[in-house]
Amino acid sequence: MGATPEIAVIDDLIRQRLDELLPAKIEAKLKEIQESKTPSMAIIATKGTLDWAYPPFILASTAAALGWDVTIFFTFYGLNLVKKDVSDLKVSPLGNPGMPMKMPFGPDWFKGINWNIPNIVQAGIPGFETVATSLMQQTIKNNGVASIAELRELSREAGVKFVVCQMTVELFGFSHDDFVDDMDYVGAASFLPVAQTSDVCLFI
Amino acid sequence: MNFDKELDARGLNCPLPILRAKKALAEMTSGQVLRIIATDPGSVKDFQAFAKQTGNELLSSAENNKEFEFYIKRK
Repeated sequence: MGATPEIAVIDDLIRQRLDELLPAKIEAKLKEIQESKTPSMAIIATKGTLDWAYPPFILASTAAALGWDVTIFFTFYGLNLVKKDVSDLKVSPLGNPGMPMKMPFGPDWFKGINWNIPNIVQAGIPGFETVATSLMQQTIKNNGVASIAELRELSREAGVKFVVCQMTVELFGFSHDDFVDDMDYVGAASFLPVAQTSDVCLFI
Repeated sequence: MNFDKELDARGLNCPLPILRAKKALAEMTSGQVLRIIATDPGSVKDFQAFAKQTGNELLSSAENNKEFEFYIKRK
């Protein structure tokens, strides 16, 4: 059994050398893998108002412009974002204390006023939401912010994949004809594996 | 600086300057230079990040009179 001590010595040397070499090697390899991989993002879009329609489409279109693979899963009120016509999306200041209420026209001092209208007044005025929505649309235009229809179109052009929750389509009594073409109607089991392998996963 | 194509992104807000630039670059050939003029102050950092992520080279980035001027060379 004269070989045993020698093997132990060799093993020790190998171990030592590996400890010296491996960290740099692994780091380089990881960097190489990371750089060659196309980043991916999966978004769950659950909101159906004009304001909340922006984050999914802004992030999706921008990520696609950066060369990422993007999938948006539309579910619950997010279904409103894939209707053929999105010009009727509304925004409500009611019970939304984070929303500044400023006028998109008039002199600067007037535009600067934040109108503090109590909820009970907002709720009592018929058509309040419609007025708020048209003021918001004007503000969007004034600021050179894209419309939802435009951002959605740009997202689709750039190859963002749209998938739709079939269960909520039925739950809310919609039909596929209500929505834009070329979407997959799926369930949670189809979306989760996409989310699992994505670098960025957002619930909006 | 010489350029092959120009994009007027004045008055446009995030993310439109980036999206329009991406579209313009897609119609160009490798090595060509795109000049972009924008008024969105966020576009300064955004075009840096865009160049880094997409591999298109940001040749220069400058501000004059609240307007931002970028030169990007297509990968």
